[in-house]
Amino acid sequence: MTALVPAATGTGVNGVALTVLILLFVLVTGMGFWATRWRRADSMESLEEWGLGGRRFGTWVTWFLLGGDLYTAYTFVAVPAAMFALGAVSGFFAVPYTIVLYPIIFVFMARLWSVSHRHGYVTPADFVRGRYDSKGLSLAVSITGILATMPYIALQLVGIQAVLEVAGLGGSNALAKDLPLFIAFALLAAYTYSSGLRAPAVIAFVKDALIYLVIIVAIVYLPTKVGGWGHIFDAAQQKMAKPSAANPAKPTGAFIPNNQQYWAYATLAFGSALALFMYPHSITASLSAKSRNTIRRNASILPAYSFVLGLLALLGWVAIAAGTKPIGLDGKPNAQLVVPQLFEDMFPSWFAGVAFAAIAIGALVPAAIMSIAAANTFTRNIYKEWIKPSASYADEARVGKLVSLVVKAFALVFVLTLDKSQAINFQLLGGIWILQTFPSIVFSLYTRWFHRYGLLAGWAVGMVYGTITAYNVVNPATGKHFGGSLAMIPSIAQMGYIALTAFVINIIVAVIVTLVLNAMKVSNGRDETIKGDYFADAGDPRVEKNLTTDVHLTTGTP
Amino acid sequence: MSTDNAVDHDTVPPANKGMLVAAGVLLAIPMIALAWVGSYSKETPKLGAFPFFIWYQFLWVFLCSFMTYGAYRLVKAARPHRPMTGDMTTRPDGEVDR
Repeated sequence: MTALVPAATGTGVNGVALTVLILLFVLVTGMGFWATRWRRADSMESLEEWGLGGRRFGTWVTWFLLGGDLYTAYTFVAVPAAMFALGAVSGFFAVPYTIVLYPIIFVFMARLWSVSHRHGYVTPADFVRGRYDSKGLSLAVSITGILATMPYIALQLVGIQAVLEVAGLGGSNALAKDLPLFIAFALLAAYTYSSGLRAPAVIAFVKDALIYLVIIVAIVYLPTKVGGWGHIFDAAQQKMAKPSAANPAKPTGAFIPNNQQYWAYATLAFGSALALFMYPHSITASLSAKSRNTIRRNASILPAYSFVLGLLALLGWVAIAAGTKPIGLDGKPNAQLVVPQLFEDMFPSWFAGVAFAAIAIGALVPAAIMSIAAANTFTRNIYKEWIKPSASYADEARVGKLVSLVVKAFALVFVLTLDKSQAINFQLLGGIWILQTFPSIVFSLYTRWFHRYGLLAGWAVGMVYGTITAYNVVNPATGKHFGGSLAMIPSIAQMGYIALTAFVINIIVAVIVTLVLNAMKVSNGRDETIKGDYFADAGDPRVEKNLTTDVHLTTGTP
Repeated sequence: MSTDNAVDHDTVPPANKGMLVAAGVLLAIPMIALAWVGSYSKETPKLGAFPFFIWYQFLWVFLCSFMTYGAYRLVKAARPHRPMTGDMTTRPDGEVDR
């Protein structure tokens, strides 16, 4: 097979690749179970241990954990697929997104770490509850966190499914078609349940090693095999300039954003960046760091991942030059398969297996972290707050484990019901929702000027606007709702990311309602934090909470 | 706002404002540069086969990393940690709004 002739695709099982994939998968699952013993705690029967790894992770483990969160099936499957199908505006914005991310978290994450350390907060909803004494606002933040996590986990499942499908598992009938999905789901559920956050932390090392290996090989080897970068960019430019299949009046996509797309590109990047560290899982990973400055030091070394992400995005264009035909086992084209298919066509089978494993594990780790974080949130901020306030630590850990399963099950529902043709939309849809909690969390780290009901009103309006607007985006190719994440920004007549528009509306509503309520002198609740809490570090004592409002201090041990 | 009463922890620990502002500027530069899409949305000058649009953004990965590290050093030096020792005053009960 020469480089420019696409291989026969989607035909049958690739035995060698599948075997390598399964072996690596078994290895990782074994590590997941072993992880319970790593940095062993006295008891796993508490949320602090199961869900935060005992809050003992230093710079490197935190780096791997955050990387495990951020660079996922989104990076490996969804972004290259978007580059392949629609070009730079839909895909390459992920590069500026993951660059501006770090200055953004640098600014506020240390404060959140400090106040969480002092008061034992595990979730952003804990913080909001403590800051405003408001169960309602805390509930809004928790529900949004859990809801927004589901499509993000769904994206990971789509990634694993893509790999298994290209490896030849599954089939064309309805049951066999989703079989790979259910296998992936079951594996994930099993080891997350037993080991909590330690499992993904341990596996993250293997995952990153595999991913770097595959990326380096892919980036060095594939471009030469398809005729060099010059040819790759030419092929991409040609494809993007061709009339679109769905709407021949428009080009297929964007090679480089034109001046009508600047807003779309910038708002996608900034909206995603502001949203990412509002997800429960990103916050969980940040809070599991062992000191205030771990996060900031990390913020300056994490961009290494952004570089890798950019290279992976370009694989979508490498696939254009290689003439990859991502066709599913049901015989229909499916852009999500493009990277696994490229690997299968171009690599020797055994290495294709390694690459498949890298992608699958790279989706599994974040999916585990996400479901654990969503479970933490449910347990602390919904179960304990609203359902069973007398719950013991063991109760909490038990409920947390169960909810991590339920969240994954809902993610499965997202995969089975929503439009999968552009999986990147799963992440963007999650972003629309989660960004609406930003004012309640981040603004509140700095000020209590905003009124709790103002924040709640802003959140509600942002959520409703974002959901309705996203629902009304219909994919022209499939006719399904939630078909994209760009819509007209009211008042400037430019397309932009819905999340950011909803965010601005959210803030405007919050400001107006705050002005009114402050004028009416409505109570803004009791604040249990003090200014010094926002600057606390690892050695500082924690605030012990009693049932009375009396506050006293204990020694610094958790 | 800082206070000379070191025991009261319901205050912001003192910091070198100039260094904090410098850190803020370092953090703002990459954001402004990347938000200004019009400044880099073009094909030339190419770097090898890479269009300007692509390599310029890759360049910012490194620039941003350096700037964030610079900001980290500045912030760390600007506000030395003020330990929250046991003799701190607790928040008076009944205080509601600030």
